[in-house]
Amino acid sequence: MERPDANKLKTQAKELRKTILKMLANAGSGHTGGSLSLVEILLSLYFYKMKYDPRKPDWDMRDRLVLSKGHGCSALYSVLAEAGYFPKEELMTFRKFGTRLQGHPQLGLPGIEASTGSLGQGLSIANGMALTAKMEKKNSRVYCIMGDGELNEGQVWEAVMTAAHYDLDNLCGIVDNNKLQIDGWCKDVMNMAPLGDKWKSFGWNVIECDGHVFKEIMNSLDKAQGAKGKPTVILAHTVKGKGVSFIENQARWHGIAPKKDELEKALKEIDEKDQ
Amino acid sequence: MKKISDELQFDMTRSGFGRGLVELGKANKDVVVLSADLSESTRIDWFRKEFPDRFFSFGVAEQDMISTAAGFALSGKIAYACTFGVFAAGRAWDQVRVSVDYMNLNVRIIGTHAGISVGEDGYTHQALEEITLMRVLPNMTVLVPCDFVEAKHATIKSAEWKGPIYMRLGRNKSPIITDENDPFEIGKGVLLKDGGDITIVACGQMVYEALKAAEYLSKDKIDARVINIHTIKPVDESILIKAAKETGAIVTAEEHSLHGGLGSVVSEVTSRNHPVPVKMIGMTECGQTGSPQELFKCYNLMAEDITKAARAALKMKK
Ligand SMILES: Cc1ncc(C[n+]2csc(CCOP(=O)(O)OP(=O)(O)O)c2C)c(N)n1
Ligand SMILES: [Mg+2]
Repeated sequence: MERPDANKLKTQAKELRKTILKMLANAGSGHTGGSLSLVEILLSLYFYKMKYDPRKPDWDMRDRLVLSKGHGCSALYSVLAEAGYFPKEELMTFRKFGTRLQGHPQLGLPGIEASTGSLGQGLSIANGMALTAKMEKKNSRVYCIMGDGELNEGQVWEAVMTAAHYDLDNLCGIVDNNKLQIDGWCKDVMNMAPLGDKWKSFGWNVIECDGHVFKEIMNSLDKAQGAKGKPTVILAHTVKGKGVSFIENQARWHGIAPKKDELEKALKEIDEKDQ
Repeated sequence: MKKISDELQFDMTRSGFGRGLVELGKANKDVVVLSADLSESTRIDWFRKEFPDRFFSFGVAEQDMISTAAGFALSGKIAYACTFGVFAAGRAWDQVRVSVDYMNLNVRIIGTHAGISVGEDGYTHQALEEITLMRVLPNMTVLVPCDFVEAKHATIKSAEWKGPIYMRLGRNKSPIITDENDPFEIGKGVLLKDGGDITIVACGQMVYEALKAAEYLSKDKIDARVINIHTIKPVDESILIKAAKETGAIVTAEEHSLHGGLGSVVSEVTSRNHPVPVKMIGMTECGQTGSPQELFKCYNLMAEDITKAARAALKMKK
């Protein structure tokens, strides 16, 4: 598949970050850090790698994405709207009473493949989808995005075993490896180093990349698709809160939304940053 | 107890727990605290600051945390394992059942962010079933403090209690209706307002709504009794049976599923001992995103709804 224009992607990423921040500020609550770290990963999936038809969200042959770290949904919602799954106007209903854009993703909003928010369950769900695709000899692929803190959950490693046991090479895990969870740096809260070796020893193909560099992400996604006989995980090294200097790498920005003045400051900073 | 007409202070029950826990830490060297990556939200960061050596971090791994708490308890410690109610009771239920309850250990499971009042995070974060999940375990004691002060008292009392405890706490600020000097005893219901026509039994934040409902009813010359059941299990049967006998009809109110929650507890006690009509206010569906106020309204958990239920119960009364 042809790669989208690099400059266009960068502009898209800027716009997306602005939209995410506006959604969060408008909601008055939500998860800022772990949404901003997802932008390049999601854009690479939806505007390069994945095959889907926003007019037919339940098209049988589509690739699927399970956002296991459901709290990053403001990023997913804004990418889905950009991809045409639902009108962009709906984005500003995020976290409001009666919305389809729930505080954590809920099945029913076009483009959402699974309800998530309780960490650790997404990879198992993705396995079920990948097993079905194999069983029915469909060539659709399944992607699952996890947080690095989320990897603390035992269930993740049960699913890691399952995917390797069934040689799920149609499955690609992506870890938003932003080094932070709620209580602080992952290495202080629950040290999981060496992370790549853990996945490898469980039988996975492991690729590491800079999760904010489109070319690297797209290369990794291609390599994952090319790897046969086992599942692949992409450890995408990211920055929590990426794109806004005062939000980047701050544990306290995990579960709060920007206030009005913070939003203005953030939007200005993004606008002024060169491509 | 304060009057609801008073100028009431607001605070969070989880903060009452956090304050109580620091006091406990000073008084009792056997208290240890376990965290699953929600230290600030559960207010145990206050304990960590004072007693870092007795604080343990497990990351996002509730199952591991609960069974480790069992290991601490088997070694003589009083272990407080703290996370959101959904994850404590949901993710780790089998660990609670076998590692903790089966061995009747001194583990205190603290579940914050319970109820629909969690608000915008939506259903995945709103614990609506844990009273049921926890109370079905034979050895488990289940506490639902109604405000900041009661949560602090319950926390302090919890250290001396034998066997496992689940304590349900909220996220948001709610009115403080109990006094520092009010007695608190695990297993003892609290008569907040006497009355002879009907009884409203409530727990958690719904206690305030119950008091408001009683006030509305009094305008129509209906004299409602209000009981705060902060201990769901072992429940104070005598206060409930007495209410059934003396008022002949009951309304229950909880920010929780009607399947197995406070309403069920009250019905079980009354139908075994002195059957009377029981109307129940609570949840029957999945929750959703919204402000606490919007959600209380949407799911009919307001004082007005309690009032309506009371009138219906009165009609059923013989
Ligand atoms: C089972 C479960 N336990 C706890 C939580 C609360 N929680 C939400 S996000 C989070 C930290 C996740 O860290 P990470 O996966 O690194 O996410 P990111 O840094 O990408 O935001 C926690 C503990 C949850 N949602 N689910
Ligand atoms: Mg992280």
